[in-house]
Amino acid sequence: MKKTGAEILWECLMREGVEVVFGYPGGANMPIYDAMLNYPVHHVLVRHEQGAAHMADGYARASGKVGVAMATSGPGATNLVTGIATAMMDSSPVVFITGQVAAHLIGGDAFQETDVTGITLPITKHNYLVTRADEIAEVVREAFYIARSGRPGPVLIDICKNAQIEKTEFVYPEEVRLPGYKPPLRAPKADLEKAVHLIERAKRPVILLGHGAIISGAEEVIQHFAVKTQTPVAMTLLGLGAFPASHPLSLGMMGMHGEAHCNLAIQNADLLLAFGMRFDDRVTGTLKTYAPNARKIHVEIDPSEVHKNVRVDVPLVGDLKTIVSDLIPMVDEYEHEEWLQQIAEWKSDGDARSIMTWSHDGKLYVAHLIHDLWEATAGGAIVTTDVGQHQMWAAQYYFMDKPKRWITSGGSGTMGFGLPSAIGAWFARKDEEIWAVVGDGGFQMTAAELTTAVQEGANVKVAVMNNNFLGMVRQWQEFFFEKRYSAVNMLTPDFVKLAEAHGVPARRVTKPEEVKEAIAWARQIQGPALLEFMVEREDAVYPMVPAGASLHEMLRRPVKEAR
Amino acid sequence: MQYTFVTLVENKPGVLNRVASLFRRRNFNIESLAVGRTERPDISRMTIVMECEDETVAHKIEANLYKLVNVIDVQDVTHQPAVTRDLALIKVKAGPEQRAQVNNLAQIFRARIVDVAADSVIVEATGTEEKIEGMIELLRPMGILEMVRTGQIAMTRGAYEGTRRAPGANGNGWHGDEDENALAEY
Ligand SMILES: Cc1ncc(C[n+]2csc(CCOP(=O)(O)OP(=O)(O)O)c2C)c(N)n1
Repeated sequence: MKKTGAEILWECLMREGVEVVFGYPGGANMPIYDAMLNYPVHHVLVRHEQGAAHMADGYARASGKVGVAMATSGPGATNLVTGIATAMMDSSPVVFITGQVAAHLIGGDAFQETDVTGITLPITKHNYLVTRADEIAEVVREAFYIARSGRPGPVLIDICKNAQIEKTEFVYPEEVRLPGYKPPLRAPKADLEKAVHLIERAKRPVILLGHGAIISGAEEVIQHFAVKTQTPVAMTLLGLGAFPASHPLSLGMMGMHGEAHCNLAIQNADLLLAFGMRFDDRVTGTLKTYAPNARKIHVEIDPSEVHKNVRVDVPLVGDLKTIVSDLIPMVDEYEHEEWLQQIAEWKSDGDARSIMTWSHDGKLYVAHLIHDLWEATAGGAIVTTDVGQHQMWAAQYYFMDKPKRWITSGGSGTMGFGLPSAIGAWFARKDEEIWAVVGDGGFQMTAAELTTAVQEGANVKVAVMNNNFLGMVRQWQEFFFEKRYSAVNMLTPDFVKLAEAHGVPARRVTKPEEVKEAIAWARQIQGPALLEFMVEREDAVYPMVPAGASLHEMLRRPVKEAR
Repeated sequence: MQYTFVTLVENKPGVLNRVASLFRRRNFNIESLAVGRTERPDISRMTIVMECEDETVAHKIEANLYKLVNVIDVQDVTHQPAVTRDLALIKVKAGPEQRAQVNNLAQIFRARIVDVAADSVIVEATGTEEKIEGMIELLRPMGILEMVRTGQIAMTRGAYEGTRRAPGANGNGWHGDEDENALAEY
């Protein structure tokens, strides 16, 4: 039977199991929006297309499924760009569908014509310009396959208006034919043996877990491997949750704001097992002095990540879960008592400096707040964040025991991510408790999505950490620019009134003794709620590896400040 | 040193743009790039010559090319027995008196004169880079008015194949007996 291109698009989305799409209509995608009315799909009307992109991204990260966001041509599509780049940097599977002017108008600077496939070429895993209705079915099928397989990532489909309207025979392609795209699965035996050889000899091994561990669903096999070989586990910002924070072998987060004992373990290791991570500069510090005595095994699905930043001894290219499963029977049980003892000593020094040991001084500290939130939610919430100091404190003090509950913009560091990604996560897991921990700066970038949350009845709680500063930039200016504060002092609106104007119940918290009660109040509200915390203005995130310094050269919280 | 890569890509609109954009984004410097059809209508072939400091850079280039969905195969033919050719058209300043001289030079290099005008001739030369460079040097004193070159194309001899350096990339990996689509449902 003949169908319009727009109908074919929805037919295909239904077959991909799409239940919710986040988007915004306009001239160039009106046929798609018209056809949508005939399909059992829920559309979330956002307030800015960036919100749609982050929601689809949050949905994808919380569910492990492909998220879908839509926009019209020109400004609609360009408003998606930040969200596409964010998904790209964090390997998040999102399919973006944009309307485009009619094919015969392309290249003529027609109204709202923008070269969207050109703009998004470097920030998508792949993209398509569709000019005819009969291309749609194959393209959509491919797009979903590419987005979720291998190293996942965003795929954009730009569909010309005429292709949405034209009628053609609908044939659903049973299989995907992509001769140039075959994600690798397993590593050859000989290479696995080389890795085992290094593992056998290691006295001071450390596993470095990245986002790939969660994407591959490798949590269980990694735990098995770590316990069998008694290897401590460090995590990247996006790897948090891949290994239980409460596990005795967990070293917590590595890198610029990582735990001191974790960074020291990496610097002193004789073997690094990098599992689904890419040696980003935020986790290595300067490469000149990075883990100087360590051999390196790199298990990674993307061959272009191998030797990219750090030259490794044994690359194992393929699916992490498969490769670690293959390794487990090949390794013996080991003990690394001395090494674990050494790490425990480093850890106790860190505990002494921890802000958690501080006595009550009447001020609100974000670290304490996050700890309270963690306790109140029994560590079981899905936590999304914005970018800045609050993000690092949330990473440090909301201990994640399970994967797909920690949703943050790592590679791209996109302010404004927190609230929309929380709304997206809610659509994926409506039974879960969801908290967006945001800064006063980033929150204002996408705060308009509060109305979206209300319209959708999204049960997300927003915790605004208000320090009236662009805190993280202020911290850098304090440390590295002689405290010359430039453009960081930020007037904020009355967030309680702002929330209430959107129909969101809200409270302001100024004293530590009010915190627990306020969290409890927010938790019992059905639907969105907001808490504004007036936090200490000039607190700093510790430890900190200054950009370009060695990983062990950390600025530590001065001991004298601790109790 | 210069590395030569032979790359097979799907014959689809925009693929050249994707390759060029990738090289720009990753800061790789292209010496020459030649694209054309192959024995199969659905596949195009690119010969890419790049300056690489060392093997690591060559690895990077290969692995990054595989990130492009439309790239089917990448071989490094630098160190393999291969036929490499470049084609040049060179317009040389030459009145009636100099034509014989140009013609002699051309013959030494097995090049041909393909156009004659009142005060210039066009020489067509095919061969390795070195040969063409050599000829250009000899023609230069006579006055080169215009020149165009296609960039190198390459083909390995007999059953030789280029090196494939990116382990695991696109079919060079070890899929085992597994269904190739197994990863789709992660
Ligand atoms: C879109 C965007 N613009 C600028 C930055 C640079 N930046 C990183 S952190 C930060 C400050 C964030 O301030 P706030 O949201 O108040 O959070 P805080 O650091 O105070 O917790 C800025 C401006 C960014 N990451 N993203």
